[in-house]
Amino acid sequence: MKPLLTTLAAATALSMTMVPAAFAQQEHVDACFVYVGPANDGGWSQAHDVARQKVEEHFGDAVSTRFVESIPEASSEGAIERMARSGCDVVFTTSFGFMDPTLAVAERFPDVKFEHATGYKTAPNMSAYNARFHEGRYIQGVIAASVSETGTAGYIASVPIPEVVLGINAFILGAQSVNPDFSLKVVWVNDWHNPGLEADAAKVLLDQGVDILTQHTDSTAPVQEAAARGVKAFGQAFDMIEAGPETQLTAIMDTWDAYYIDRVQTILDGTWEEQNVWLGLEDGILSMAPYTNMPDDVKALAEETEAAIRSGDLVVYEGPITRQDGSVWLEDGQIAEIGELLGLNFYVEGVDDQLPQ
Amino acid sequence: MLESILLTIATAATPLLLAALGELVVERSGVLNLGVEGMMIMGAVGGFAGMILTGNPFIGVLVGVALGVALSLLFGFLVLTLATNQYATGLALTIFGLGLSGLLGESFIGRSSVRMPVLNIPGLSDLPVIGRLLFGQDIIFYLSILIVIGVTWFLFSTRQGLKLRAIGDNPQSAHALGIKVLRYRYLAVMFGGACAGLAGAHLSLVYTPQWTENMTAGRGWIALALVVFASWRPFRVLAGAYFFGAVSIGQLHAQALGLGIPSQLLSALPYLATILVLVIISQNRRLTLINTPASLGKSFVPDR
Repeated sequence: MKPLLTTLAAATALSMTMVPAAFAQQEHVDACFVYVGPANDGGWSQAHDVARQKVEEHFGDAVSTRFVESIPEASSEGAIERMARSGCDVVFTTSFGFMDPTLAVAERFPDVKFEHATGYKTAPNMSAYNARFHEGRYIQGVIAASVSETGTAGYIASVPIPEVVLGINAFILGAQSVNPDFSLKVVWVNDWHNPGLEADAAKVLLDQGVDILTQHTDSTAPVQEAAARGVKAFGQAFDMIEAGPETQLTAIMDTWDAYYIDRVQTILDGTWEEQNVWLGLEDGILSMAPYTNMPDDVKALAEETEAAIRSGDLVVYEGPITRQDGSVWLEDGQIAEIGELLGLNFYVEGVDDQLPQ
Repeated sequence: MLESILLTIATAATPLLLAALGELVVERSGVLNLGVEGMMIMGAVGGFAGMILTGNPFIGVLVGVALGVALSLLFGFLVLTLATNQYATGLALTIFGLGLSGLLGESFIGRSSVRMPVLNIPGLSDLPVIGRLLFGQDIIFYLSILIVIGVTWFLFSTRQGLKLRAIGDNPQSAHALGIKVLRYRYLAVMFGGACAGLAGAHLSLVYTPQWTENMTAGRGWIALALVVFASWRPFRVLAGAYFFGAVSIGQLHAQALGLGIPSQLLSALPYLATILVLVIISQNRRLTLINTPASLGKSFVPDR
C-alpha cells in the first residue's frame, strides 16, 4: 500500500497530463476496496482482502491497492467518494448495501470505474458482480442429508434478502435429492456479525435436535458451538476448519481473486466495460473447502455433485420444484429466470419456517 | 433440554448483568459513564489475549478486568479531575475502546482457545434440571451472583454505601460534610470498569471463546438501559438481565419451532418485553424518584 499523500500527489500529476480517453491503455492501476467489516473478520470481508492481496502479487508494480474497512452500509457514500477522489482507477465496493451509495458516487466521478459486489444496479462506469453461492449450498444439502441421523438440519440465517433465501432453498433442494423427507429449521438473527447471538442460535437449534448446523452469518461462533457438542457443521465464506477441526464438513469459500485480476487486467488493457455478471463454481468465484469429517461414499457423492454443477449437468434451480405452500413453481425441466432468482422471496417445500416479509 | 435452555439463558444474561451492576454503582455516585461498551470490548480482548499468551483462562480474566479498569481510569481522569462533559467523554470512550481493541486484538483473530473450566461437584452437579445451572458453571457466573449480593449489601447496609448514594444525590452537601467526593467517584468508576472488563472477558472466554472485532455487538448499551429501567436497584438489574436473556433465547426457540411469528418482531421482543416488565415493576413513582441519583451526569469540582 502506498501512503495516501504520495498517491494523492501522483493522482494530481496524472490528472493534469491525462487525456480522458476511454480506451487508452494504462501502465499503472490504483485499485481500491471498500469493506463492510474488518479486513480480518475471518469471513466475508477477509475473503475480499485475500483476493486483493492476490491482485497485488499477480501484477507486481503495475498495480497498487488500498482498502478501507468496517464501513457501515448506511454511511458508506462518504468513504466511497473519498476513495474516488483520492485517485483510485477502480473502486470495488463489497457489500450489498453499498449499491446505491456506489451508484451515487459513480455518477459524480465518470472517469473512475466502480465494481459493486452482490447488487444489481449498474451504470456506464459501474459494474455488478455476484457469485452463485447457492451452488455450494446445494452441495452442503446433499452432504447434510447423507450424514444426518435425525433428518433435520439447523440453518442460522442473517437478514431476509434474496441471496439468503436462495441459499436456504438450495440447501433443502440438495438435501431432498438424497432424502425427500429432510427438513430444515431456520433461525434468523437479523445481523451479519454478532458472535454471541450466533452462538445462542446454534445452541437453540442443537437443543431442538438438529444434528447438522449451517450458517449464513459471518462469525465462526456457530461452527465452534457445534464442535463443542461434537455436531457436524458447515463453515461460511471462509474455511473455518480451525473452529471445528473434527466437525466441519466443508465450507463455501468466496474466492474473488480470479474476477479481480481479470477486471484489473481489462483496465490495464483499456478494454474495461460495464457488465453485470453472476458467476458460479465453474468460474472459480466460489469454491468448496476440503470435504472432511465424512464417510468416503458421502465425500464421493459431494464431489460428484460438484462436478455435475460445474459441467452444467446439474442446475440448482431447475424444475420440478414446489413452493412451500405446495403450489408448483417450476415445471419439470424448467429453469428459473435470473431476474426471478435475484428477487426470490419465498421458500420451497420442506423448510420449517415462515419467511419474514 | 430444559437444563440446556437454562444454561443458555444464564450465559446470555451474565455479561449484561455484570456490566449493568458496575454501571449501577457508577451512576449511584452521580457519574454517567456511557463508555460501558468500550470498556467491555477491552475486557474481551484483554481476556482473550491473556488466555492465549499464558494458556491460563483465569489470568485472562484478570487481564480483562485490568484493561477495563485502565480504560475507566482514563474516563475518571477526564470527567472527575478535568471535569469534562460526562456524556461526550463516555461516548468517546466507547469509540476509543472499540478502535483500540481492534488494534490490540489484530494478532489474536482466528486463534482457538482453552475453554473456561466449570465447577463439578459430584452428586450436586448431576442433579436433574438445576444441577449444572447451580453447581456446574464457570467462575464468572458465580462472581456475577456474588456481586449482586455484595453491591446490594454495600449500597444499602454500609456507611460507605450511604455516603456513595449521598454523593450521587448531592455532591455539594456531601462535600460540605467532609466526604471525599472525588475519591468515592474514582473508586466507583473503577469498579464499573472492572465489572465491564469482567463482562467482556466472559464474552471472549465463556460465551464464544474467540476474539473478533466488535464482538460485544451492543451489549454495553443494553446494560446501560437495564440500569435505568431497573431504577438503580441491583436485584432488579438481575431480574432484568435474566428476563432479557430468557426472552432472547425464547424467541430463537420460537423461530426454530417454526411458529410462524415474523422474525423481526421476535428479534425486537427481548427489548420490548424487558422495558415493559421493568416499567411495570417500577410503577411506584415515589420509590423510583428516591432511587434516581439526583446529580447524575453533572460534574462536581470541589471548591477547596
